Amino acid sequence: MSRVESQAPPAGTAPPAARRRPSWSADLLRSELGTTFRRWRTLVLLAVLAAVPVLVGVAVRIQAGRSGGGDGRGPAFLTAVAGNGLFLVFTALAVTLPVFLPMAVGVIAGDAVAGEAHTGTLRYLLVAPAGRGRLLLAKFGTVVAFCLAGTLVVALSALATGALLFPLGDVTLLSGTSISLGEGLLRALAIAGVVALSLLGVEALGLFVSTLTDSGVAAMATTVGLVLTAQILDGIPQLQAIQPYLFPHYWLSFADLLRDPVYWDGIQRDLGLQALYAAVFGSAAWARFTTRDVTA
Amino acid sequence: MPPPAAADDGRAAPHDAHRVIETRGLTKTYRGARPAVDGLDLAVPRGSVFGFLGPNGSGKTTTIRMLMGLIEPTAGTARVLGRPMPGAVREVLPRVGALIEGPALYGFLSGRDNLRRFDAADPAADPRTRTARVGRALERVGLAAAAGKKARTYSLGMKQRLGLAAALLQPRELLVLDEPTNGLDPQGMREIRALVRELAADGTTVFLSSHLLDEIEQVCTHAAVMARGRLVTQGPVAGLTAAVLGPGGGQIRLTVTTPDPADAVRVLKEHGLRGLRADGDRVGGELPAAVPDGPPPPDPAELNAALVRAGVRVRAFGTERPSLEDVFVRLTGEGFDVAG
Repeated sequence: MSRVESQAPPAGTAPPAARRRPSWSADLLRSELGTTFRRWRTLVLLAVLAAVPVLVGVAVRIQAGRSGGGDGRGPAFLTAVAGNGLFLVFTALAVTLPVFLPMAVGVIAGDAVAGEAHTGTLRYLLVAPAGRGRLLLAKFGTVVAFCLAGTLVVALSALATGALLFPLGDVTLLSGTSISLGEGLLRALAIAGVVALSLLGVEALGLFVSTLTDSGVAAMATTVGLVLTAQILDGIPQLQAIQPYLFPHYWLSFADLLRDPVYWDGIQRDLGLQALYAAVFGSAAWARFTTRDVTA
Repeated sequence: MPPPAAADDGRAAPHDAHRVIETRGLTKTYRGARPAVDGLDLAVPRGSVFGFLGPNGSGKTTTIRMLMGLIEPTAGTARVLGRPMPGAVREVLPRVGALIEGPALYGFLSGRDNLRRFDAADPAADPRTRTARVGRALERVGLAAAAGKKARTYSLGMKQRLGLAAALLQPRELLVLDEPTNGLDPQGMREIRALVRELAADGTTVFLSSHLLDEIEQVCTHAAVMARGRLVTQGPVAGLTAAVLGPGGGQIRLTVTTPDPADAVRVLKEHGLRGLRADGDRVGGELPAAVPDGPPPPDPAELNAALVRAGVRVRAFGTERPSLEDVFVRLTGEGFDVAG
């Protein structure tokens, strides 16, 4: 063991470094991102998300070769895919938004705090001292970044698959008018953005659940369970009264971006609802995490 | 290496600048159970190597967690480096290195990346010097060669060293080390003790919890003993045995090995030794303690001369002071690894 200098500063003065650098520095966020995206689990989730559009594309291709067209069943835009590969992006997002994306987000968000509590690394981050509010913010930022990455992976994988398997061309909108391929790509990007934002509610909910327990697995399962429950409740006609308050209720309104003119009503309601969920569960996570005893 | 300069005996006015850790009536009760920590008044002088002793379950780790702002006290106050905890966590903790209840690491990251991660969590850490500081810390705990390996492949001893390295990423005023030699082989233990002495010599106060009494005796200048959530005693290690086992530094034990045990017992009894017992060729007894106004206690040299004068053949002759272990058992009234 070698000897290095370790001069304790005089009593009562903070080391100069503590004053020089603002505590909101992005260091922790960068470290969070690096840690999350270097985990095998994260990469596997992204790989699964990337595989979904490929599966859908190949299935449509086989079906198209056999009968020359779908029978009108299946997810939104499916019948249009064979004619224009760009529609695979919309189809893939419509397929992954209800299940795959929220599940992946639920896994990452649920594990965010509880997983670190479980392994004990949380106490070392807190005595570093990361600061509880700062750490929670960095965790939330990382979950949002993962969600964005997941959505982009789906969109890009779908675009690549669509371009490989099907012709690309002008996009016929739901209203019947046509737009150029370039504008179609822009709309696809906008849709990916709306889809990513639609998951803000799940992210905040998962992070809140994550602050409640010291078991990452329990937090992940609870979050995913809540997502599925909300979806089921949203599908029961007798529960119409509460459905507008369920976070998945307006999810598929992203299709309104494919109208001319764009029909904003549903998208606004969706994003408003997500903002509400993010505010409520974000505050709850904050209240819980900044006051809880860290005993793990 | 000379022992680090001890500050004082830990009994001065509150909020003293010489107190690195100071608690007043610190209490933690978990839902209805009996208090895990009960009315703790702890005073750790600056510059000391402070041993924090107690059987498992006596409240040591709960105390450390309160000092580090991880859990909120039910009652009482804690001050670390002169500032209240957990209120001043942000100002205090960058100047404190801690190893709490064993190391916790990211198994999928290398040892070096683990340290980078913990360093990034400290808002007072300068990212420009991070690589250099991480390298020095790794070298200091003897892990430089294994720095690139994934932490999940580390042995417990290596994990413990990496945890220590995390506490040494910056120059610290206070190191809080909870069982730092856990899982280390004897060589590793010696290295860690040497490191603790080295840090203390540089002026860092070290707060060391351990259940290894000889460890405390070897490296600590001060000690506190906990039992069932309460502080039993605290003070300089040298004075601890005396304070607990009575005046005069406790009973000094005399042991004589001789082929004439009966004669030896007779002679020693005449010189005022108590509790004499012969066991084969070994005779043991306690020297009377010094009493003010009384006769001075017999000098072991005189006793030896008296034995020889009486024709007792002496093979071996020795005295021993009571160990910290005796103190510990006396204080806690229980065996050592019994949960309180």
